[in-house]
Amino acid sequence: MHSYKFWLASAVAALTSSPLAAQEAMGIDAKVNEVFANITGPFVSLIFAPIPGTAFPWIVMWLVIAATIFTFYFGFVQLRFFKHAIQLVKGDYTDPNDAGEVSHFQALATALSGTVGLGNIAGVAVAVGIGGPGATFWMILAGLLGMASKFTECTLGVKYRNEYPDGTVSGGPMYYISKGFSELGLPGGKILAILFSVFCILGALGGGNMFQANQAHVQISGIVGDYPGWITGIIFAGVVFAVIVGGIKSIANVTEKVVPLMGILYVGAALVILIVNYDMIGWAFGQIFAGAFTGLGVAGGMVGALIQGFKRAAFSNEAGVGSAAIAHSAVKTSEPITEGFVSLLEPLIDTVVICTMTALVIVISQQLIIDPATGNYVLNEAGSAIATVDGNSGVALTSAAFASGISWFPYVLAIAVVLFAFSTMISWSYYGLKAWTYLFGEGKTTELVFKIIFCIFIVIGAAASLGPVIDFSDAAIFAMAVVNIFCLYFLMKLVRAELASYASRLQSGEIKKYGH
Amino acid sequence: MTVKIAIGLDGTDTGQHALTFAKNLATMIDGCELLVIYVIEWSPFTFNTPEENEQRHKRREEEITLATSRIVEPAVTGLQDAGFKASGLVRHGDVAETLNRLAVENGASQIIVGRSSADGFTRRIFGSSTQNLVMAADVPVTVVG
Repeated sequence: MHSYKFWLASAVAALTSSPLAAQEAMGIDAKVNEVFANITGPFVSLIFAPIPGTAFPWIVMWLVIAATIFTFYFGFVQLRFFKHAIQLVKGDYTDPNDAGEVSHFQALATALSGTVGLGNIAGVAVAVGIGGPGATFWMILAGLLGMASKFTECTLGVKYRNEYPDGTVSGGPMYYISKGFSELGLPGGKILAILFSVFCILGALGGGNMFQANQAHVQISGIVGDYPGWITGIIFAGVVFAVIVGGIKSIANVTEKVVPLMGILYVGAALVILIVNYDMIGWAFGQIFAGAFTGLGVAGGMVGALIQGFKRAAFSNEAGVGSAAIAHSAVKTSEPITEGFVSLLEPLIDTVVICTMTALVIVISQQLIIDPATGNYVLNEAGSAIATVDGNSGVALTSAAFASGISWFPYVLAIAVVLFAFSTMISWSYYGLKAWTYLFGEGKTTELVFKIIFCIFIVIGAAASLGPVIDFSDAAIFAMAVVNIFCLYFLMKLVRAELASYASRLQSGEIKKYGH
Repeated sequence: MTVKIAIGLDGTDTGQHALTFAKNLATMIDGCELLVIYVIEWSPFTFNTPEENEQRHKRREEEITLATSRIVEPAVTGLQDAGFKASGLVRHGDVAETLNRLAVENGASQIIVGRSSADGFTRRIFGSSTQNLVMAADVPVTVVG
């Protein structure tokens, strides 16, 4: 182990100290980038194909329509059961004799640690950088509607999970699709479950892995100076390998404890900046509302803002994607729908609260250049995004925005980004693994194969440039949503039956309140 | 009327002192019942990895089996062999809160526990389970040194 560390340290030192070697290393990055972009191009084009005659990607419409349908179909469940969701998380309806099982809070926190992360920091910067402040409005709306999608999939996740004789559980869309379809006598459940699993593996390797590694590298190199991405990739891959293959739980345990603190610190810093600039909050919201309906000069106008807002919200909170259903399946409850109620808080915390804060800080910090004559945003040379003060995009833009309020915050943000990236990778390695074992069966060798592939993709993600990585990550995550949402339309009546039964028992007092 | 005494064990020597004290007390009360309780410290508000959650139910069963076979069963058997009416419970939760709740639910008129086994830093910051129990219990508590 020590000799391995020494070798790695020597390699890093040698590569970064020799200009020739560094150039060659950059060459590797460029090659990885080119090959990767060529391979993933057709898949990305298919997922983001525009609706004929418009510039609107069909996949974005797919997500929004689904969230809207679920919202109406369940009678605005996100509003009606919001208070009940909080009570469930507090443990008010948990029998004290069941203590020791996974609590609603723990399931929520685990699912959140898979979603709160770079999507909230880098993703929002991408949305606001391309779609302008108006993207925030659509992001919030998508977050609020997405609560109903999350509710639907997580209820089904618990209802149809597999419970094994040794007491462990496995759940997620692949299980509810195959079991739910067979319960309803519908054909094709197995094939759709397999298709979902394939996309889930790609999503785990894309958004849950490459995007994280990529942005973590950007953040680290922004502080220590530019160096080849694959070096960051190898270091990250080594640590992830140690946790998921080596079973070194202490690293994961520390991360799981530090990540929530980082989240609180991040929101706290955003609040400090907003409080200091309280006089600009009204203006910032004005920009958000004006931008939402006019675009304020961004590429694609209002539609451009809308697409970016919806895309990044879905990428951040994963509502409709099906990943949270895998995380929530672990809860031991006789009422699967309670997990659905709890899960609807995720898009609220992730998107409506945290993403909005990031967006407000970026807008207030005035990193986005405005033409004083027109009041519109100025586009960059390529005309693809808003010009920024230092030409930053992604996580670097968020970092610069926070630095304008708290000069030392980029250092904290760098640590936060690395930890968020790491915890998201750990979560997604699990989601991907569950899909993998669904396809290839449980077993140490099959699991090891996936874990090694996962680690290799970390290196590729760190080495490739943001464009192809973000495209593939989005496409892979959204491909999961294509299958998941299609199946949710058939299965939603099962959730409605659960909802009606639970609501009547809650009202009659049959569902007992234990707490406080 | 039957008098029931709850005894909180923590797997240490002080817990054994509590057990001995309860036994002596019970000999002086006609028809006294003894309820041996072991609480596995657990909070629903911690952060876990997905894998930990997946394993949680299995781990819980293992923890309960272990605590029952190593701590509660030997204590209950010892009491029964000595001619007392005794039973045992193993639960997860906040130690002080759970001991109090189980004592009240089972109609115990008092709780006997050993002196704190938490040490130094932890006790200074959070207080010990014994301290917390004494502060918040709904029935009289006897702390045995």
